[in-house]
Amino acid sequence: MSQLQEHLMSAESTGNEPDISPAVEAVSSRPVFSLKNLEVHYGAFRAVGDVSLDIREKEITAFIGPSGCGKSTVLRCLNRMNDVIPSARVGGEVLYHGVNLYGEGISPTEVRRRIGMVFQKPNPFPKSIYDNVAFGPRVNGVKSKAKLDDIVEKALRGAALWDEVNTRLKASGLGLSGGQQQRLCIARAIAVEPEVILMDEPCSALDPIATARVEDLMLEMKSRYTIVIVTHNMQQAARVSDRTAFFTTEVNPESDRRTGRLVEFDATQKMFSMPSDERTEAYVTGRFG
Amino acid sequence: MTTEQHIDELPNLSGSSQRADKAFRWVSIGAGLIVLVILGLITYTMASRTGPVFRHMGFRFFTERRWAPPKEIYGALALMWGTLFTAIIALFIAVPISIGIALFVTQVAPAWLRKPMVYVMDLLAVIPSVVFGMWGVLVLARHIKGLYKWLHTTFDSWPILGSIFGKPQTRSFLTAGIILSIMVIPIITSLAREVFETTPQSEKEAALALGATRWEMIRGAVFPHSKGGLVGAVMLGLGRAMGETIAVALTIGSALGQLTFNVLAPGNSMPSLITAEWGEADALKKSALIAVAVTLFVITIIINVIATSVVQRSIKRSRGAV
Repeated sequence: MSQLQEHLMSAESTGNEPDISPAVEAVSSRPVFSLKNLEVHYGAFRAVGDVSLDIREKEITAFIGPSGCGKSTVLRCLNRMNDVIPSARVGGEVLYHGVNLYGEGISPTEVRRRIGMVFQKPNPFPKSIYDNVAFGPRVNGVKSKAKLDDIVEKALRGAALWDEVNTRLKASGLGLSGGQQQRLCIARAIAVEPEVILMDEPCSALDPIATARVEDLMLEMKSRYTIVIVTHNMQQAARVSDRTAFFTTEVNPESDRRTGRLVEFDATQKMFSMPSDERTEAYVTGRFG
Repeated sequence: MTTEQHIDELPNLSGSSQRADKAFRWVSIGAGLIVLVILGLITYTMASRTGPVFRHMGFRFFTERRWAPPKEIYGALALMWGTLFTAIIALFIAVPISIGIALFVTQVAPAWLRKPMVYVMDLLAVIPSVVFGMWGVLVLARHIKGLYKWLHTTFDSWPILGSIFGKPQTRSFLTAGIILSIMVIPIITSLAREVFETTPQSEKEAALALGATRWEMIRGAVFPHSKGGLVGAVMLGLGRAMGETIAVALTIGSALGQLTFNVLAPGNSMPSLITAEWGEADALKKSALIAVAVTLFVITIIINVIATSVVQRSIKRSRGAV
């Protein structure tokens, strides 16, 4: 906990303002994650391999690519969510502020308290709105009612949901609309004050208006959190992200199996205007995938 | 392209499978009705034969503790108590164990262990109840004597536990309760397992992603999701425990008129009394035994209705309707 606070405090004191324009030259912020030759196997099947990239502080990093390219798999390595899948094996290194998340003695629950996650389908618990948001803090040992009230309000405000739900905090979270449910999930994730928020196709189940609200929210949250988003929607990546990683699948001619691979990783503006790899260009212009 | 041109070639949309569909409908309606008819007939024929005992005893049938055929006193109170008491003891033992097993199988056990465990549990469910009863008399009752004595002497002077663990007898409410618990564990376990398995992976991951440990995930995601189903599972176990006849008849000790909280005392339950006394019954006693059966039936129905409403309400609440 103290380490996290240190991180948060040192980040605030550097005082670097969040860039609204795509941060082409903003190499100034330091990496939160450094992936080094990351590879993931499911059983004998190599799902993704040779991924090396840096994710920088208080930026939005987007992972794009066709289905099966391993972008969600890589995302789930960032908070050890692949541990949930029994056959998954992770190789290489995922350095979080220099600490290998897959190193010895690392507790996945501790990792996940610092690195929150929002999923593809809004998945509130079948509990009240209040209890949904309070779940994380309670797990972390917050017991005082006043403190919880405070955290819940702050988190709901942070997720731009407070004004819509403050009169019915005791109502079930499942009674909300899809877009509200997803913002509730974001509130739930930020209630534990993580440093990073991972979003796995957070808008794919939402209509365009709800999507726009979540995107606005992401841009707003950028000043406080490092965000990594997996998306199928290239316009979304172009609209919200500072950097974009493009993944694709490679077919092994011998086994006919597909393995995900990182093709290119650069500032979003460059990725969508003049990518260096022709596969990226084919994908972002819609000629492939 | 006017519409008149097409008027005599209107597409035939009436379909050809209508007759089969109709037949299917009537067969299924018939099947549904048969259930209701059977239920109604059983209730009617049984209830109509309870006339003699109710003319003789009146409402006192439900409030009278004694069951004394020689004196023509027929009271079901102690029997109702015996049935409920053993069933509650059984659930008290079986529910935590069943939920534990179900949680282990669905959330903790490695994949290779799941199938064999489920198989063994299901096997336990098909053992005939008379086998459980005999085992209870021949093995359990004999070996548990020491434990009963120890319970009695240890807690004798305690305020509440002293009366719960009173004078011990090897065939008792507790012995029957233990046997019943072994019999209902497979039922509750397999239902609880199915209920737990319906927890969406996404909700479990949501809890884990917030830094929950496995137990916190179970409490936060699995239990809230399973509340209604668990109540249903427990109620089914209760119904099974209350209706069990032969295993209870062999282990409960067949003592009449016992209205006590002492789990170590012998007693009797409604179904076990019926099997024991039916053979040598005269007309009035037969009528009394039938009345006992009808009472059991009504109690089971009431419990089921309550359980269903509890389940429905908790499902509605979790869906956000309340």
